[in-house]
Amino acid sequence: MPFIPHTEADVAAMLASIGAPSTDALFDEIPADLNCGGLPGIPEGLSEMRVNRLMQGRAAQDGFYSNFIGAGAYEHHIPAAVWQIVTRGEFYSAYTPYQAEASQGTLQLLYEYQTMMASLTGLDVSNASLYDGASALAEAVLMAVRANKAGCRRVLMPATVHPRYQAVTRTTVKNQNIELVSVPFDAATGITDIAALEAMSDADASQYAALVIPQPNFFGALESVDTLTDWAHAHNMLAIAVVNPLALALLKPPGSWGVVGKNQGADIAVGDGQPLGVPMSSGGPYFGFMTTRQALVRQMPGRIVGRTVDLDGQPGFTLTLQAREQHIRRSKATSNICTNQGLLVTAATIHMSLLGPEGLKSVALESHAKTRALLDKLLAVPGVERVFNAPFFHEAVIRVKTPVDDVLRALRAQSILGGYALGGDYPELADCILVCATETKTDDDLEQYRQQLQRILSRRNGREPGVPPCAYK
Amino acid sequence: MLIFEHAHPGRRAHAQAPYYAPLADDLPADMLRQSPPLLPETSELDVVRHYTGLSQKNFSIDTQFYPLGSCTMKYNPRACNSLAMLPQFLARHPLADVSTGQGFMLSLYELQEMLKEVTGMAAVSMAPMAGAHGEFAGVAMIRAYHDARGDTARREIIVPDAAHGTNPATATMCGYVVKEIPTDRQGNVDLEALQAAVGPHTAGLMLTNPSTLGVFEKTIVEIQKIVHQAGGLTYYDGANLNAILGRVRPGDMGFDVIHMNLHKTFSTPHGGGGPGAGPVGVSERLMPFLPIPYVINERDFYRWAEEAEAPQSIGRMSAFGGNMGVLLRAYIYARMLGGRGMQRVAEFAALNANYLSAELKKAGFELAFPERRASHEFIVTLKKLKDETGISAMDFAKRLLDYGFHAPTTYFPMLVPECLLIEPTETESKETLDAFVQAMIAVKREAESQPDLVKSAPHKLPSRRLDDVKAARELDLVWKAA
Repeated sequence: MPFIPHTEADVAAMLASIGAPSTDALFDEIPADLNCGGLPGIPEGLSEMRVNRLMQGRAAQDGFYSNFIGAGAYEHHIPAAVWQIVTRGEFYSAYTPYQAEASQGTLQLLYEYQTMMASLTGLDVSNASLYDGASALAEAVLMAVRANKAGCRRVLMPATVHPRYQAVTRTTVKNQNIELVSVPFDAATGITDIAALEAMSDADASQYAALVIPQPNFFGALESVDTLTDWAHAHNMLAIAVVNPLALALLKPPGSWGVVGKNQGADIAVGDGQPLGVPMSSGGPYFGFMTTRQALVRQMPGRIVGRTVDLDGQPGFTLTLQAREQHIRRSKATSNICTNQGLLVTAATIHMSLLGPEGLKSVALESHAKTRALLDKLLAVPGVERVFNAPFFHEAVIRVKTPVDDVLRALRAQSILGGYALGGDYPELADCILVCATETKTDDDLEQYRQQLQRILSRRNGREPGVPPCAYK
Repeated sequence: MLIFEHAHPGRRAHAQAPYYAPLADDLPADMLRQSPPLLPETSELDVVRHYTGLSQKNFSIDTQFYPLGSCTMKYNPRACNSLAMLPQFLARHPLADVSTGQGFMLSLYELQEMLKEVTGMAAVSMAPMAGAHGEFAGVAMIRAYHDARGDTARREIIVPDAAHGTNPATATMCGYVVKEIPTDRQGNVDLEALQAAVGPHTAGLMLTNPSTLGVFEKTIVEIQKIVHQAGGLTYYDGANLNAILGRVRPGDMGFDVIHMNLHKTFSTPHGGGGPGAGPVGVSERLMPFLPIPYVINERDFYRWAEEAEAPQSIGRMSAFGGNMGVLLRAYIYARMLGGRGMQRVAEFAALNANYLSAELKKAGFELAFPERRASHEFIVTLKKLKDETGISAMDFAKRLLDYGFHAPTTYFPMLVPECLLIEPTETESKETLDAFVQAMIAVKREAESQPDLVKSAPHKLPSRRLDDVKAARELDLVWKAA
């Protein structure tokens, strides 16, 4: 039987020691009428060889595509060493480091991770990670409300924040009487409309606990983070940065946003760590990161590792500030979170170490350059327009004159995932596609996309509506 | 030595980034970073050696026995990892059209169906990313159910005092007030106290079964009825599902919602603290409120149910639908086990727990509930030893590390003084259990004869005992160059 080592002799000896006639007798405290008598609806077990065949077949069925979708999950090269080390049994099969002396490897790695994330975001302290970027934003909103001494329970959420991050935040905060107030974006630039914000400031802005500031925003565009941060602080709000950590190798870190001074910088930075060594994996597991100012550290949710000394005075690492957490504080904890995403943080720490400050910056620069090149190519195709004119990082929005679903379907038939259709989240952008190119793309990949798009759009022109734009594969 | 202390300015792992980085001359200068982040400048070999070395400072299932109660630290089969990491699965973008990922979607759908079968619930969503996340989904659904009926006076969640800390913390996150009820001397929920606690304010009860005391709630059906009669719903914390797999099902017992910890029962790795996965199963009346997305089957085409199909859903819990790689590992594990294999999991988990508790009792250890049958775990209390020798459960646990065994869970549940909560799991052999008993006996003897040796343990690990007070008082959370 899979993974159960007992021989018949073992079972007999063990039952004799217990004084039970059979393993069945070990369940004698369960009311007999509750016994379901097995799981007939679940198929019989398979050998590893058969499961191998099954999964290889399913993977082959799914195949590979040339991917130009970003929208919160990004294709990057991951050094081979990263996951070979991550899947060493000593990391892979270790438990949460509650027994610190038996977990110094994981704990030191988390301390190194916290150091890297604090520096990358330009803030003082980091936790040991949260579930994903979206849930990290939700936790940041809760944290900002906790930290607000005036008891404000409203938070400003720009429409340019990833729509799914907004949705997860709604799910998380809706039973706690917290209101998320939307801020529109400027139709020309694709970034948060400062004039609209100013209008809100007339209407009692002191009722808000925080302003969320995405960088880059969901459209790939770069927000005026200095202005937004200063605006939030001028109205006694915390500034919550939602950032792509890779972009921070190139862009100004949240801790430096706004005018120089005591109050400079976002107060909390969160985001998804996926671009740092975590494969796209159909959506997870990823990890959420959170960093903040020293003054807010006791409001921060999640595990935190600290450096201390042992009985011999030697440096060592341990979980700290546990008095914030559910296993101590129970109903008064900062969050119910009990895990972090340890294994993914292990990957990210090794990934960042392998790339170093220069390597990470060159990945960011190359991704930016590839998206620029892609955009140049696509905009040269008749029927394609650029939508927003703000500077961008590695994503941008294009408008096509042909129904977006038809275009993306036709591209899929050529093994190209052409981008993310924006109409579902933004009805006013129903004819728009969010495209992304990273350092993994070659000039030939970009050219393939351009050629196929040109072919699809030109064949579509002049045809009757409803006729498929090209032959399917 | 930290990775930063291995660094030398200008050193790089050259193969790992584009050779020639272009300029970003279209970006405004005031948006750019002025000084580089503190990331190490090291070679590839430096990094590989450093982190391989760190890994060797860990205990892990692959290297040590982990009798860690309530954590179900069983062997994580290697095939589950290698097959979940097939390149097509890893390369798949979460927003790629589902038509490009039917092999993946079918696997998820089949897992979802198997979890229904295992729990006896009407529907399952695998959106929650951890046990506590599943708890949040469960209690949020209970709240959505009452709110949808306009039954908004129900604002209390009843939680037994033996519960995991996540239960009360979750209730608070859902805007509920927590009402604790006591446990009787046999380790059961106190039915009279429960009867007295329920009423028109009761939104629901959260119950772990088998409880964190390692015993099956004999009156579980009555408990469920008392809460339902008061108009509340019942939440089954499935943390200990390993103990009942293929034996009893929460759905058959009349529960409205359950969360499962796939990183326990379905043997996905703990990874040094995550990622987990915490799917939720629900009874029919909670189906409309399930978190999105979940997989639906339309004539053998598999796609995600989103807002449009589930307008009453409590909503989305992650950007992309959950910890997919963890779900794939659980699926592969489930296929290797099959229905009969799952049933044997509970059988042998119970055999190992009862054998270990019998052997420890014979060796003179005091069981917290000697008259009860252990489920998949049990509690030893060291109160007498503490009174006689001054050796605490913590000291005892630290000394066990020196013997090459991970410590059992200590000081949980809080009801039992100086407790060790011990869960051997089904994947450990009799020889390993016997060796653990010998180590327990040896540490007990040391406690009696050389208490200082035990108090100052561990002695053979990479660190001696760490100063937690200093860690919290003099916070050192990030490294700074001297």
